[in-house]
Amino acid sequence: MSVDKNTVRKVARLARIAVPEERLEPLAGELNGILAWIEQLNEVNVDGVEPMTTPVAMTLPMREDVISDGNIRDQVLANAPKSEDGFFVVPKVVE
Amino acid sequence: MTDLTRLTLSDAVDGLKAKTFSSQEITQAFLTQIDTSNETLNAYVVVTADKAMKMAKASDAKLAKGQGGKLEGAPLGIKDLFCTKGVRTTACSNILGEFTPTYESTVTQNLWDQGSVMLGKLNMDEFAMGSDNGTSRFGPPTNPWRRKNSNVKLTSGGSSGGSATAVAADLCLAATASDTGGSIRQPAAFTGIVGIKPTYGRASRYGMVAFASSLDQAGPLAKTVKDAALMLEVMCSGDKRDSTSLHLPVPEWTKSVGKSIKGMKIGVPKEYRADGMPEEIEKLWQQGIAWLKAAGAEIIDVSLPHTRYALPAYYIVAPAEASSNLARYDGIRYGARQNGDGSLTSTYETTRAKGFGAEVQRRLLIGTYVLSAGYYDAYYLRAQKVRTRILQDFEEAFKQCDALLTPATPSAAFGYGEKGDDPVAMYLNDIFTVTANLAGLPAIAMPAGLDAQGLPLGLQVIGKALDEESCFRVAAAIEDAASFKARPEKWW
Repeated sequence: MSVDKNTVRKVARLARIAVPEERLEPLAGELNGILAWIEQLNEVNVDGVEPMTTPVAMTLPMREDVISDGNIRDQVLANAPKSEDGFFVVPKVVE
Repeated sequence: MTDLTRLTLSDAVDGLKAKTFSSQEITQAFLTQIDTSNETLNAYVVVTADKAMKMAKASDAKLAKGQGGKLEGAPLGIKDLFCTKGVRTTACSNILGEFTPTYESTVTQNLWDQGSVMLGKLNMDEFAMGSDNGTSRFGPPTNPWRRKNSNVKLTSGGSSGGSATAVAADLCLAATASDTGGSIRQPAAFTGIVGIKPTYGRASRYGMVAFASSLDQAGPLAKTVKDAALMLEVMCSGDKRDSTSLHLPVPEWTKSVGKSIKGMKIGVPKEYRADGMPEEIEKLWQQGIAWLKAAGAEIIDVSLPHTRYALPAYYIVAPAEASSNLARYDGIRYGARQNGDGSLTSTYETTRAKGFGAEVQRRLLIGTYVLSAGYYDAYYLRAQKVRTRILQDFEEAFKQCDALLTPATPSAAFGYGEKGDDPVAMYLNDIFTVTANLAGLPAIAMPAGLDAQGLPLGLQVIGKALDEESCFRVAAAIEDAASFKARPEKWW
């Protein structure tokens, strides 16, 4: 599977990274280099093999369904690039 | 008075308890060193001098009353990956801007609870993605080691390059680090110090900036095996805020250091004899085997047939998880926002294009591609199954032996730019370390000798899951036999 310029454009869009037109071709080359190297995994027989989760068998811990945190609005907003009246300010999203 | 900055962590803790010197004295000694060295070495990206002196003063008050924790008064450096309340934390990425956490990571909280003093935040590859610390927004740190008769600046490895430089150059007693594919062990090997990645789940990931969640583990970089054991004892804990953390008692690993290895069975995996491996690495490995034999261990040849698939599997799993984890950096809730053409999508795309460096963008694109519609099974799922195969290899080998001995890196420290522009050539640095991340196993790197150019080389011990004890025991035996006393000649 090799990627072309259009695939890079599509993937960059999915990743929400603006990639200038002139970078698409070189990036396709770089990604193909990495992907070609990754292709070796097709040699491995994985029939009937479960995907890896953890080396130490454990069950996911459960906890009481109660609120344990909150009322920290100012802390949540403390690092916002833009906030107003206790809200995040974002670019206009509704026309 | 002796130079306090050259003490080991264990000796410093003893000296503080015995009141041979105060925490304020040793903290000031480190701050002075940092002041004169950091411009050249670039290990620290934030120095918290006032906070350090305040913490030291509080420690001295406790020590005066004969109180205090396991690390009371000991000055440490913290990798910029760990969130520290009120102290800028950016994982050395532009996208985090001036992000200043309002909370503390569990690992650092554990260290403060035991009395350690924070000197500052340490340089690293952007989001821990790199093997030479060349992707940091603050520029790379410099390895205090140089080749004989050369002044070429060498990397101290990555991603925990700042931590390694700081420990090797006596800019802290020990440092926190993190390891996703070798980011603790490769820098340890490049700078002649000790670093351990514990079993996955031993240390909480809460408050640690995420890279690849199924691989990331915190661990220490320190001057000796005993220091690393002491640090790890304090850093590890079960944590209800990290659902993958293990709720198990943390053993007293310092007690394993110095225990005889007589009768232990040490496996030597033939697949680690990489093509084109430098003769010096092979020689060092044979030397390590001879030392362990002399100490009474039995050497057993083992096979880990899927070793060659570890790195390709890693370069699917890590970028895939990173692309998901780093989706949070949208310029809305924190970090540096770039407005683009004013629309929301353009704000996201411009923020991320300007905020992430080239290597991070490359990995996010790979990760997004392998997770995109139609490719999940072919890439991510297959890679996770290959991981199971790699773990099975280890489990099979551990039926015959207690721990494995391998080289830590395929070469000594290299110069910036010497690897060229090929990303895959840089990725190969992790060839000996990455298997332990994929299988979730504990692994320690310790110095074992110098190469012909006078640079340190390291060996690695990989243990069974939860058996850090064997790692420490074997590492201490090698440390003892190697009697590695070399230090970088001070030029900075």
